[in-house]
Amino acid sequence: MVDLSVRLCGLRLQNPVIPASGTFGFGKEFAELYDLNCLGAISVKGTTRAPRFGNPSPRIAETPAGMLNAVGLQNPGIDAVLSEELPRLRRTYRQPIIANISGFSLDEYVECCAKADASPDVDLIEVNVSCPNVHGGGMSFGTDPRMAAEVTRAVKAVCKKPVCIKLSPNVTDIAAIARACEEAGADALSLINTLLAMRIDIRRRRPLLANRTGGLSGPAVFPVALRMVWDVYEAVKIPIIGMGGVSSAEDVVEMLLSGATAVQIGAANLQNPWACKEIAEALPALLESLGVTKLKELIGGAH
Amino acid sequence: MNRAVFTIESNASLTEAVFRMTLCGDTSAITAPGQFVNIALAANYLRRPISVCDWEPGRLTIVCKVVGRGTAQMSRMAPGATLDLLLGLGNGYDMAPSGERPLLIGGGVGVPPLYGLCKRLIAAGRHPAVVLGFNTASEIFYEDEFRDLGADVTVATADGSCGVKGFVTDALPEAYTHFYACGPEPMLRAVCKATLTSGQLSFEQRMGCGFGACMGCTCETLTGHKRICKDGPVLRKEELLW
Repeated sequence: MVDLSVRLCGLRLQNPVIPASGTFGFGKEFAELYDLNCLGAISVKGTTRAPRFGNPSPRIAETPAGMLNAVGLQNPGIDAVLSEELPRLRRTYRQPIIANISGFSLDEYVECCAKADASPDVDLIEVNVSCPNVHGGGMSFGTDPRMAAEVTRAVKAVCKKPVCIKLSPNVTDIAAIARACEEAGADALSLINTLLAMRIDIRRRRPLLANRTGGLSGPAVFPVALRMVWDVYEAVKIPIIGMGGVSSAEDVVEMLLSGATAVQIGAANLQNPWACKEIAEALPALLESLGVTKLKELIGGAH
Repeated sequence: MNRAVFTIESNASLTEAVFRMTLCGDTSAITAPGQFVNIALAANYLRRPISVCDWEPGRLTIVCKVVGRGTAQMSRMAPGATLDLLLGLGNGYDMAPSGERPLLIGGGVGVPPLYGLCKRLIAAGRHPAVVLGFNTASEIFYEDEFRDLGADVTVATADGSCGVKGFVTDALPEAYTHFYACGPEPMLRAVCKATLTSGQLSFEQRMGCGFGACMGCTCETLTGHKRICKDGPVLRKEELLW
């Protein structure tokens, strides 16, 4: 019998598989397909203070081995998320729920995180300082070590629950940002958010996305994500949630070996809505074939 | 929604750019005309959303136009090959408000989903009028198929090479009880202006997932944000912001 459980900021995850924010809504569409209790945790849709429509269409484009999105944080706002979406998810789902908070000002991060912290339906708060698809917020907080530390410190001051900072890959030295967040009190780090990218329609001679740029995800970014998790693991002591193009149980093992304690799965859910369930189910046999009895022994195992 | 592997039974071109594919597999997840399937294709990351033209237990017909790499790949696939489909996607057309004489308006590659609708309206004892619009005579497809169902069919071509010269809005009948439309957005806008009754319109958008998870295809309506893939692709004329 293989033990798949990991500990993340004092939470016990029965396995390391977590659907990534923005690819799983609030779980509703997937709960119609399978029992979500097979997941390690769920990171729900990125949430802001006010409801947001997001960016104009088209918001989606295909790329070699991946996709671009420029959804732009469409969400019903923190109050509706906490009063409607999460209680509905909690009615059938008993594993940890990760709230994902975005903002356009320090104030907004603090207010939303404090509300999420007070909710009985939130177990961990993931602070998104890395959304590439909104202007005047999001990624601008996560590309400068000083700003990232400032957000971390402000949010930590109002949260009793563990706080995980979600980092952007669109930086020259992700380890420096990671260290700044750790020093400011972050309990964990999740990485990577999407890579800033674009496509052009050769007939119209215009960017394919209405937002001009979008975030690249999918298998194309997996090796980049793996390298960044490696670099951050070398730089900090706090746990890492690894993500970026993870599409199979083998990818999960690579992420763990690179230094991740748990793994988020994003774009794969859009291509195969059963991806998280299938990956979680494939882990025991894969670990057995690798001669591993406790999954947590893999964490950082390639260093 | 269901996921199933389908086997291509036939694949043939109807015009230079439009092809019809019939597929065998479990169609039980399809509940209404106007729904779509999302097709996984080798070497393409995202699935391709394609409207259902017609279906019966064990068999599915799609008619699509080659518009890019994915549809070009599909047009060349041989019978016997298999495809991984998500199906039963979207809301589809609501037949309840059709009335005695519904009007079906299709433009170009928007024509296919109206066929499955027309067939079921006739089976329900309605008497649909059908207006099909194309650019030119060589691009016309499915005119005979609609006639064979017993519908009154009018064809319009933009260049006048067949039927009424002009757009679908130049060929609308005088009396109808409700309309159903599918086609390019400029056509849908024109149809909304030109029609006097309530109606339902099917929309197209680039999609990430096709089942409501990614918010990649959301549009604004009078009744709130609608995901084209999950809350649509069919929207009521009354909820549009036009």
